[in-house]
Amino acid sequence: MTVLVYGIDALASTSNMGCIKASDRFNINSQLEHLQAKHVGTGHADLNRFEWAVNIQRDSYASYVGHYPILAYFAIAENESIGRERYNFMQKMLLPCGLPPEREDD
Amino acid sequence: MASTDSEIANTQEERKKMEQQLASLTSVTFDVDLYGGGSDTRFDGYERSIAVNEDDDVPDAGESEVARKLASYTAPKSVLKEMPRGVGEDDNGGDLGGFKKPQKIIDREDDYRRRRLNRMISPDRNDAFAMGDKTPDVSVRTYADVMKEEALKREKEETLREIAKKKKEEEELKGKGGPERGSRDDGAAAAAAPSQKRRNRWDQNQELDGGAKKAKTLSSAAAAASSDWDMPDSTPGIGRWDATPTPGRAADATPSISRRNRWDETPTPGRVADADATPAAGGATPGATPSGMTWDATPKLAGTATPTPKRQRSRWDETPATMGSATPMPGATPAAAYTPGVTPVGGVDMATPTPGAINLRGAITPEQYNLLRWEKDIEERNRPLTDEELDAMFPQEGYKILDPPASYVPIRTPARKLLATPTPLGTPLYQIPEENRGQQFDVPKEAPGGLPFMKPEDYQYFGALLNEDEEEKLTPEEQKERKIMKLLLKVKNGTPPQRKTALRQLTDKAREFGAGPLFNRILPLLMQPTLEDQERHLLVKVIDRVLYKLDELVRPFVHKILVVIEPLLIDEDYYARVEGREIISNLSKAAGLATMIAAMRPDIDNIDEYVRNTTARAFSVVASALGIPALLPFLKAVCQSKKSWQARHTGIKIVQQIAILIGCAVLPHLRSLVEIIEHGLNDENQKVRTITALSLAALAEASAPYGIESFDSVLKPLWKGIRSHRGKVLAAFLKAIGFIIPLMDAIYASYYTKEVMFILIREFQSPDEEMKKIVLKVVKQCVSTEGVEADYIRSDILPEFFRNFWVRRMALDRRNYKQLVETTVEIANKVGVADIVGRIVEDLKDESEPYRRMVMETIEKVVANLGASDIDARLEELLIDGILYAFQEQTSDDANVMLNGFGAVVNSLGQRVKPYLPQICGTIKWRLNNKSAKVRQQAADLISRIAVIMTQCHEEQLMGHLGVVLYEYLGEEYPEVLGSILGALKAIVNVIGMTKMTPPIKDLLPRLTPILKNRHEKVQENCIDLVGRIADRGAEFVPAREWMRICFELLEMLKAHKKGIRRATVNTFGYIAKAIGPQDVLATLLNNLKVQERQNRVCTTVAIAIVAETCSPFTVLPALMNEYRVPELNVQNGVLKSLSFLFEYIGEMGKDYIYAVTPLLEDALMDRDLVHRQTAASAVKHMALGVAGLGCEDALVHLLNYGLFHPARKVREVYWKIYNSLYIGAQDTLVAAYPILEDEENNIFRRPELAILLFNCSVTVSFSCSLFSFIVDMVELFRAAVNSFDDQPFFVLKNYVGDGASSSSVSMLNDSMRVSNSISLCCIICEDGKVVKFLESEGARRGAWTKGIVLGVEMTIWASKGAPK
Repeated sequence: MTVLVYGIDALASTSNMGCIKASDRFNINSQLEHLQAKHVGTGHADLNRFEWAVNIQRDSYASYVGHYPILAYFAIAENESIGRERYNFMQKMLLPCGLPPEREDD
Repeated sequence: MASTDSEIANTQEERKKMEQQLASLTSVTFDVDLYGGGSDTRFDGYERSIAVNEDDDVPDAGESEVARKLASYTAPKSVLKEMPRGVGEDDNGGDLGGFKKPQKIIDREDDYRRRRLNRMISPDRNDAFAMGDKTPDVSVRTYADVMKEEALKREKEETLREIAKKKKEEEELKGKGGPERGSRDDGAAAAAAPSQKRRNRWDQNQELDGGAKKAKTLSSAAAAASSDWDMPDSTPGIGRWDATPTPGRAADATPSISRRNRWDETPTPGRVADADATPAAGGATPGATPSGMTWDATPKLAGTATPTPKRQRSRWDETPATMGSATPMPGATPAAAYTPGVTPVGGVDMATPTPGAINLRGAITPEQYNLLRWEKDIEERNRPLTDEELDAMFPQEGYKILDPPASYVPIRTPARKLLATPTPLGTPLYQIPEENRGQQFDVPKEAPGGLPFMKPEDYQYFGALLNEDEEEKLTPEEQKERKIMKLLLKVKNGTPPQRKTALRQLTDKAREFGAGPLFNRILPLLMQPTLEDQERHLLVKVIDRVLYKLDELVRPFVHKILVVIEPLLIDEDYYARVEGREIISNLSKAAGLATMIAAMRPDIDNIDEYVRNTTARAFSVVASALGIPALLPFLKAVCQSKKSWQARHTGIKIVQQIAILIGCAVLPHLRSLVEIIEHGLNDENQKVRTITALSLAALAEASAPYGIESFDSVLKPLWKGIRSHRGKVLAAFLKAIGFIIPLMDAIYASYYTKEVMFILIREFQSPDEEMKKIVLKVVKQCVSTEGVEADYIRSDILPEFFRNFWVRRMALDRRNYKQLVETTVEIANKVGVADIVGRIVEDLKDESEPYRRMVMETIEKVVANLGASDIDARLEELLIDGILYAFQEQTSDDANVMLNGFGAVVNSLGQRVKPYLPQICGTIKWRLNNKSAKVRQQAADLISRIAVIMTQCHEEQLMGHLGVVLYEYLGEEYPEVLGSILGALKAIVNVIGMTKMTPPIKDLLPRLTPILKNRHEKVQENCIDLVGRIADRGAEFVPAREWMRICFELLEMLKAHKKGIRRATVNTFGYIAKAIGPQDVLATLLNNLKVQERQNRVCTTVAIAIVAETCSPFTVLPALMNEYRVPELNVQNGVLKSLSFLFEYIGEMGKDYIYAVTPLLEDALMDRDLVHRQTAASAVKHMALGVAGLGCEDALVHLLNYGLFHPARKVREVYWKIYNSLYIGAQDTLVAAYPILEDEENNIFRRPELAILLFNCSVTVSFSCSLFSFIVDMVELFRAAVNSFDDQPFFVLKNYVGDGASSSSVSMLNDSMRVSNSISLCCIICEDGKVVKFLESEGARRGAWTKGIVLGVEMTIWASKGAPK
């Protein structure tokens, strides 16, 4: 049903509005793509919980690793060396939240 | 004899009497309001906007400023700045809302600037760098070629001058015999002579006195002025050649090349071609041809005799010229097809050429176009009237039709017919022209392929784009050219989006297109005579972008670009000058110094002064771009040029321009710059001496107050020079001295001032206006220097100064006037008030009004600067008498000077003015009753000026009296006067207060209510200010009913155009609400949300918010939220907007109301109307900013979730966009602000490490305490220390002492403990309370239990609520 509606909508836009509208939409989309290619963590309206959480986790780990005082802080707290802490965080950046949940609709 | 004398005396006396009568007649003051007369300038003196607060004129620093604590209730700037739309917009005059009609550049240019069109875009030049070691090809123009050409030109010039001189001499010899004939022979020279004289006139010169203004660096005035200075003294020849405009010039270039062609040993065929037409396919020549074409093709020029045909030309000379014009260009260049050879008037059989036909050919210059249009129009009007028409016009009876006299013969000879009415010659009788609907004069042919509209003058350049059909046949080169043309046309005439894309394409493909094709298209366009500002701006922008891309490829085109860009440097428009500078600066960075010098060197001693002037300016830009040191050697060489004085002159001028352009940055190079030019002071040429002095002045001005040591070497020649020179040179020298003296130490300054002073005093008498200005300026500079003593000034300067300068004539010229006032004020700063005021106070009663005004202004400034304590009783009396006289006698429209002067004097005299107040008030009262509106207005204005002083003099009674008088005049019908009266009342109320005011406030205010209806801006403004003031301070004197009535009137005022009025109005709402309680006011305002006008609604919402702030939000919010239930879009939006302003104003107070309005905002955030959502979002924003850190995060996160995870995709999109901007802007900072997500079955979402809390606590425990009990105590302690952890699970601490704890962390802790000599405990607490690591340090084992300090513990508390599902 949604597909159908969308199709009609697309049809209408191409036939009525002419190519300007279409190119505009293309522009916005391509802008978004460009943005996401450049900044991996940016989101969009269809982002789901898991994807966002992954971004959050990665950003956090990156931030810890990037700030030496924070690393030192964690190192004191966990009684580890700073290097170890850094290594751990880097490792966690792979699959920070585990495997993605299976898609319901697929 | 005696009788005749007495008779003469009698007659003279009689005449004097008559004159006096006449004078008294003429001095009758007409009521300007009735009779008009300068109605535009009438209000100039008034503040059109009276600031409510002091900071009115301070430019808005930014929107966020509002966030600060509000000093007074006011609407946000974004709202107030907004102009009301819709109603009343039309009566704003034909202003079209600030849109200016496009203006042609050429229309505002003077003759001097128009000379830019005389310049030729020279052919490409050789790029020496690209060549490497190879010898340049003969067909390319090298530096040597250009220099040779220039030299030839100069030589020719010299020769011609010689010839002219000789002719003149012959003429003079012959002169006695036949002067008339001689003058006719040498028509051109004769025509040039007066223009020459005029150009050398002094009063055109503005540069000398304008020195002080650095902002004017490359100002137009200076440009024009310096040109006057630069004109050689005896160059009749130049005048002659300049008098013949372009065509001659464009043609000149050709023969000179061809001549070389003839004499060159190896004639290269390429040579001829490169002057006339570049090999660029099919195009007309890039440079020479089109520009020549424009002018050649103009009918008026074709008609008048240019000197070219007059001159004896050899066949050699003629050939290339005719060839150039007659050769039909291959390909599609309609521009070339229309040659100057073809007269636009056509043959006998087609006297009026159909413009359509020309149109089709594409090439028509704007001049032709206009001529044709005009011709047609005139023809239509001037056609003979038919009998029928005459019958229709005249009455039927009472007239008799006469036969024409027998001798009458209609004019048939075409020569005697007016040129403007070329009726077809073939038909002597009138014939009704057939209407040809196919002809389209005004509507140009539709441009194909989505190209923008083409103006008639564009056909010349873009005509080729019109024939599309041959697109396929074109060579790749031609196609490229075509592409460039299309893009340029889009940039020039297209819509903004078209323009943007075209500009980007041009930039991106610049290297692909190549420098040649690009510049060959762009540059001629810039020489187009009908160019408009906007078009030029765009084209210049294209050049700028392209330059950046092409980089070193521009080298061959540097000179061409300079030819079109240099004129920008002397444009009168500041932005054009800046743009020009930027381009030249970029150009020099792209091309490099060597190329720039090579390109510009030949122009330095160009025969045309215009070229030299602009080149000097361009060089200064190059110097500032590439650094002065790089240019110094070159400058040195140029300034010492032996070949021509022009080169020296230009070189020195470059130094001057550098000083003007870069200001104090000359300091590091000051000495070398001075050394380079100093010899110019003794140059044999007068022009060079002058410009040297001016350059020194500019250098001294730029380097002030430092750098005197660099000028040491020029002091002597300068001071010697002022003794030996006269006239302009002297003026320039004086100017230099004037700027150098302020740099000196006090002793030297005093000495040198005395040296120069006697020359200055001698020149006081100079009749020359320019000299006067310079002398005044120098006196000012000398006097303000530290070392010059007051006594010296008093004794040596003042008498002569006042005798020569304080005369009526000086007041007539505005610049003299200004300079004299400035200088006198400066002298007063040294010698004191009494001396100066004493000398001029009598002149306040002078009979010339401009002079009185000058005196008044000087007194005002002097008294304002220095106070009136020096003024003794006698002078005080004279002064008051004088200002009263001057005030009463003024007739001119500009009353401001008198008012300000009066105000300044009275204010500085302070209490001493008390004895005169009755007299002043008497005058005011009398004048308030005058029949002239102007006089009444001035009187009222004067009251507002002196009100403060009157209270200081304890004249409350008098003021009360004045208040009553003013009150009685509130019926005034002239709005300007009424406004002033209200202003005066306001001033009185302000100083004597509400209680003492007479008439009492309760009588005054009801009288003001109807005046609020007045739509005149000045009245509105003063009235609302007064009412607001009363509402603020004396609301209790007026019954609430009256205030409500005023509220209704105020609603109307929200429509006012002026920001000040709207602001005062919303403020007044606040005051009134405070006075009578918010309910009624609020009801009125809420009702007003239903109105249609947006402006009105916006102001209402502001007023509501202000009322809420004044009377606490809880009095307003319920009613406001209730109003949201009205199912009307405008009302709901208004409510939301009010909420937004409200939360903005109340700031922290908002925390009590967030939960109350959250449901409303939820609803608004989900509304279908996007304005709803937008406004709600802005309300949330202000709310969030107000309550930051006050623990209302839950509600805010709740509201945020309405965005990011809103069910409607459209809404989500917007919020994600915001999120993304946040993310890009401050990704790292966001880490701390992400929500806490709970783990799901397979996935870990939590970030436990963020909850780690490293604690170093202060604790005092007894030695005997066991470790365990200590730990238990710690838990309690933590609880106490961190209140926010109350609801967290408790902590378990684990002993971790000893084994394996020798890591770096422990040693670090130990360090910190040693420092603080305290125990440090380190524990790790995780949010779920499971783990805990506990460290006890060495110190703890040693038992050093003392007070500890909390290390830097950062606690971030995560609200674990509201995470998205």
